Amino acid sequence: MISVADLTVVYEDRRVLNSVNLDIEPGEVMVLLGGSGSGKTTMLRHIIGLERPGSGTVRVHGIDINRCSAKELEGIRRTMGVAFQECALFNSMSIEENVSLPLHELTTLADPVIEIMTYMKLAAVGLGEASKRMPQELSGGMKKRAAVARATALDPEILIFDEPSSGLDPIVAAGLDDLILLLKRAFHMTILVVTHALSSAFRIADRVAMLYNGSLIAVDSKESFRSSTNPHIRQFLDRVADPIDSSPAVEEHLRELAGMAGEKR
Amino acid sequence: MKFLEAIGNSVIDRLAYVGGLTIQFWSGLRSTPRVLPIAGKRGRWRVAIRQMAVIGVDAVPMIGIMSMCAGFILAMQVGSELRRWGALQYVMDVVAVGFTRELGPILTAVVVSGRSGSAFSAEIGTMVVTSEIDALRTMALDPIEFVLAPKYVAALITIPCLTVLSNAFGILAGAAFMYISTKITLAMYLRYIYNSIDLHDIFTGLLKSLVFATIIVNVGCMEGFRTRGGPDAVGRSATSAVVRSTYLVILADVFFTAIFYLVHRD
Repeated sequence: MISVADLTVVYEDRRVLNSVNLDIEPGEVMVLLGGSGSGKTTMLRHIIGLERPGSGTVRVHGIDINRCSAKELEGIRRTMGVAFQECALFNSMSIEENVSLPLHELTTLADPVIEIMTYMKLAAVGLGEASKRMPQELSGGMKKRAAVARATALDPEILIFDEPSSGLDPIVAAGLDDLILLLKRAFHMTILVVTHALSSAFRIADRVAMLYNGSLIAVDSKESFRSSTNPHIRQFLDRVADPIDSSPAVEEHLRELAGMAGEKR
Repeated sequence: MKFLEAIGNSVIDRLAYVGGLTIQFWSGLRSTPRVLPIAGKRGRWRVAIRQMAVIGVDAVPMIGIMSMCAGFILAMQVGSELRRWGALQYVMDVVAVGFTRELGPILTAVVVSGRSGSAFSAEIGTMVVTSEIDALRTMALDPIEFVLAPKYVAALITIPCLTVLSNAFGILAGAAFMYISTKITLAMYLRYIYNSIDLHDIFTGLLKSLVFATIIVNVGCMEGFRTRGGPDAVGRSATSAVVRSTYLVILADVFFTAIFYLVHRD
């Protein structure tokens, strides 16, 4: 369904993605893990065609999205729904208008049909009663769910989430995980989730991929991933911090500061 | 060598900016039919109507006050000189021709650039920062068609209307000056004005206002689309939109005035 081959991205003199290969099968939930700055969001932006790679290909439904016509890309994008990390709801529109926007713009459905479909999408994410509210009146979790409702408005085959649980408390984040699983079960969607939340990843994933410094170091089932012996994966799973580089001068300075604090006391 | 490199980079940056502006202008122009009622996409014209209220209706008080002040100042400055030559009646010609050809369009453009150009940039810049523009693209919606085109249609309709209003307010301020200094009635003043301006003056002013509308919308939106970073970048884009659009409006004014001067002279 989605095939990334030899994807390399270089910003100025910094290599953000280094010959990445990843295949996502139809109907699976693939979770892309990685620390901050590992290239997860860059990879996601290339998969949804927001940026063009330096080299390599991204194929969706077998079509290279960087070499296809604008019409083909439009067609591919209609089969994709994206829920952004910042939710990206249009602040000048109510939740209902946000969700009905793609239906109004990209279909020829009659207004009453769109109204019913919008209500159904909002009800599916538990926002049926909040449809008239503006995005700024919603909590973080409600915004995320509204973004999911909008992403699923056109019944996409592929659903992509960028950091769905960031900024949410564990209960709301768990609710969002349930929603992702529900969407997978009910609509057989292919789902790609970019995150660094391990609990969420192991709950929803069929397979897990991990990026480290722009390279894909693992693509595995979650069970195999959990038992991996790769030191970078282990560090990530065991939550081990990187050692802080400290020169003798820095240590001396820190000792001086500690001494000053002691004198003040 | 570094000096030459800096000049080269600066020239390349400016050329890239003008190139981007030109591409955006053509995309915007191609998208405008989709904003029109009946022929366009459903409901899109409502956005344009809302923009007309923001660009046009809300700017009327400011344009009215500024034009009346400018008209009165112009009449006083010219009147103080012409009075010495016993030619005070020519104040009416100067005010009428000055406003319809020049002051009306440029005052309107400066006001709209300050009010709406910066607002366009801030609105789009915020949309970029909060990924709303990315969301439009992933929904297979063209940001130019969705965001810029309604503003462009609104500006093409409202800015000439505001220019006509500015002309009227400026000329009325001239009437107030003439009444105070020579007791000429409003009816006589308007009759004189009617005889002193011709259709060409009004036409050139309105043509300029269409060009200014194009510059203000495209520069404002371009600065918004180019926003990168956080909220401080939105502020910088808004400032840049006002500075660049005012600068380009004045350059375009010189260019078109020179063309009209040469055409009219022949």
